[in-house]
Amino acid sequence: MIKIYIDDKPYSVEPNQTIMQAADSLGFRIPRLCYHPKLSIEGACRVCIVEVEGMKNYVASCSFPVHDGIKVRTNTEELRRARRDIVELILDNHPQDCHTCERDSNCELQRLANSMGLRHRHFEGERKHFHKDISSDAVIHDPDKCILCGRCVRVCSEIQNVHNLGYAFRGFKTVVMPAFDLPFSESVCTTCGQCINVCPTASFVEKSYTQELFVKLQDKSLVKIAQIAPSVRAAIGEAFGLPVGTNMEAETTAALRRLGFDYVFDTQFSADLTIMEEASELLERIQGKGKLPMITSCSSAWMKCLEQFYPDLLDNVSTCKSPMSMMSALTKTYFAEKMKLDPKKILNVGVMCCTAKKYEAARPELNVDDMRATDIVVTTRETAWMIKSAGIDLLHIKGEPFDEPLGFSSGAGTIFGATGGVMEAAIRTAYELYTGETMVNIEFSELRGMKGIKEASVIIDGKEIRVAVAHGLGNAWKLLDTIRSDPKRYHFIEIMGCPGGCVGGGGQPYAGINSIPLDEDNLRKRANALYKLDRDKTIRRSNENPDVQRLYREYLGRPLSPLSHKLLHTHYHAKEPRGIISAELKVR
Amino acid sequence: MTGEKAMDTIKKDEKMIELDAYMQSLKGKDRPESQLIAILHKAQSFYGYLSKEVMNHIAETMDIPTAHIWGVATFYHYFNLVKPGKFVVSVCLGTACYVKGAGEVLQTLKDELKIGVGETTKDGLFTLQEARCLGACGLAPVMMIDDKIYGDLTPRRVTEVIRNYRKAADKK
Repeated sequence: MIKIYIDDKPYSVEPNQTIMQAADSLGFRIPRLCYHPKLSIEGACRVCIVEVEGMKNYVASCSFPVHDGIKVRTNTEELRRARRDIVELILDNHPQDCHTCERDSNCELQRLANSMGLRHRHFEGERKHFHKDISSDAVIHDPDKCILCGRCVRVCSEIQNVHNLGYAFRGFKTVVMPAFDLPFSESVCTTCGQCINVCPTASFVEKSYTQELFVKLQDKSLVKIAQIAPSVRAAIGEAFGLPVGTNMEAETTAALRRLGFDYVFDTQFSADLTIMEEASELLERIQGKGKLPMITSCSSAWMKCLEQFYPDLLDNVSTCKSPMSMMSALTKTYFAEKMKLDPKKILNVGVMCCTAKKYEAARPELNVDDMRATDIVVTTRETAWMIKSAGIDLLHIKGEPFDEPLGFSSGAGTIFGATGGVMEAAIRTAYELYTGETMVNIEFSELRGMKGIKEASVIIDGKEIRVAVAHGLGNAWKLLDTIRSDPKRYHFIEIMGCPGGCVGGGGQPYAGINSIPLDEDNLRKRANALYKLDRDKTIRRSNENPDVQRLYREYLGRPLSPLSHKLLHTHYHAKEPRGIISAELKVR
Repeated sequence: MTGEKAMDTIKKDEKMIELDAYMQSLKGKDRPESQLIAILHKAQSFYGYLSKEVMNHIAETMDIPTAHIWGVATFYHYFNLVKPGKFVVSVCLGTACYVKGAGEVLQTLKDELKIGVGETTKDGLFTLQEARCLGACGLAPVMMIDDKIYGDLTPRRVTEVIRNYRKAADKK
């Protein structure tokens, strides 16, 4: 321990940390902007400056280490003024359109300006102007709102290892963009949306489909069907000020009906279905029909990442569609036939925690009978906004159950939203399908939690099945590198594109005043909400879901049947050349 | 993630073989990615500019993200991102030349070539650049085409010189 002084009072702290870390541990919160504890130190914004006795200039507390006897002042009048000027200069080159900005009241820069006490504007200078990139189905980039904190660049490279974003040009003209100023749609962007989660302003946002959806919800000729992803219910409450990890399943269902949906189904039902198909596929592969290890395919960002960077592993990936796409395929076939509806008149809306699902929905491979399977995808954030905008009181609404026959789910379907959940759910069912016996202990603590790569093994009928789980594309890359060198190491691998799995999706509510993006405690709380739902259910194995059983009995036949293959499975293509630059652009 | 292996999009000519050999020689060094600027210099000396294909190739060979290479290439004015014309015209805008009418010279060139500074004519013949002092103040105002200096310029003389270059290129 060393002795340091902050604002003239002595404290005893651990050595080998920065001033900011030491101050944080003592109950200070030095203002900050570009700093994020999960990312490397950038020191770009200078908002976190402090005075250190003996130093000529103010130092950035995020990068300056403490030493024995250091005397730090965090709140002198001069320092406050300097900090306020820094924030004011950042604002000077930022559009003054807060009132019409979609992050109004949810913006870190706005909150910072407020806490700095900025009440007048002293500077009025030249403003930068770049083109807004709306080419992607999922992620919109408006560089005019960028303050160059670099969090997006760092999350894209350090957490996701995608390296799509970088700084280009210099000085006043510096701008964040993909290589060669490629449009996002043609860049290696996996549409995971983590840049949106960490962006302090509205420079990165999802492509919004809310207006289009509001119009379609009024269309009486359409049958409007919503499906809710597991993680949405565990997070949407945050957008309404509820504590992190509040389960809002029944309330969200009721709110969606008030919004104008005719049916509200549960993506957890099709998660159970995914497990039936995926576990059956795994057993086939273990018996020699197909490549091992098998890798999950639910995560859309992972899907795009795979096609760009891992063309050699295409055959290892399960052919199962994601639960969302399975559900959409079923509503336009099975459900339409059952209810005597014209599938062309069905509007399928995915209420998702994910931005990449917008990209997935537009993939032509997923069309059903030449119709788009999922017509619109809205994120948790968009859904929360729509509920507020329509004047629906989510906090006091009486909860309602999902519609039948695609609304009942087992606990296994619920935990899909947390990293390791798909694996846990698959093992529960694979064990039974293979041995015919019921598994007694169905909770796998080694597959739960926020560790980047998790491993476990189960004995199924005397045979050891080795499994591994990775969340975040950077962790996926580490794990997949090990199987390139040792292909026999695992039988089954779960990969989720976002840190924490879907609970940490790119479409989840923004961090509030008391939290930061990517915060593990928050991710854990959301995951725990799902694990609690699972524990409270009597049916916790996908194969015991009576509605899934009925679907097979009445319609699909059995897992991996020809009809299952037609409706519930898909295929992937390597994106040449390895997704670095599209062939089309090369000709240009 | 920069991808699997090099694509065969650029011709494996002598220049490329030499560039590849250079990159391979750096790979054994500590932190080879820190040699990026040297590699880009080498590539530009071979090709006159940095094409997307060349940057992609460097990305894959050196395992450096393309977005990072693009960042470095756009940061330094030295690097050309578009193919320069056959003749590079540099107009001196140093003090002496400026006083003696370099502004007029530059305007004449812009009108004659129908391009702005930093641009290349559609036929790929001329690239127009600004220069600071070329060390030929006694001849002010001057311009340099490739490595030949033209001094005591008037708008008329400028037009003449450019038309002579055009004629010479046409004959070939």
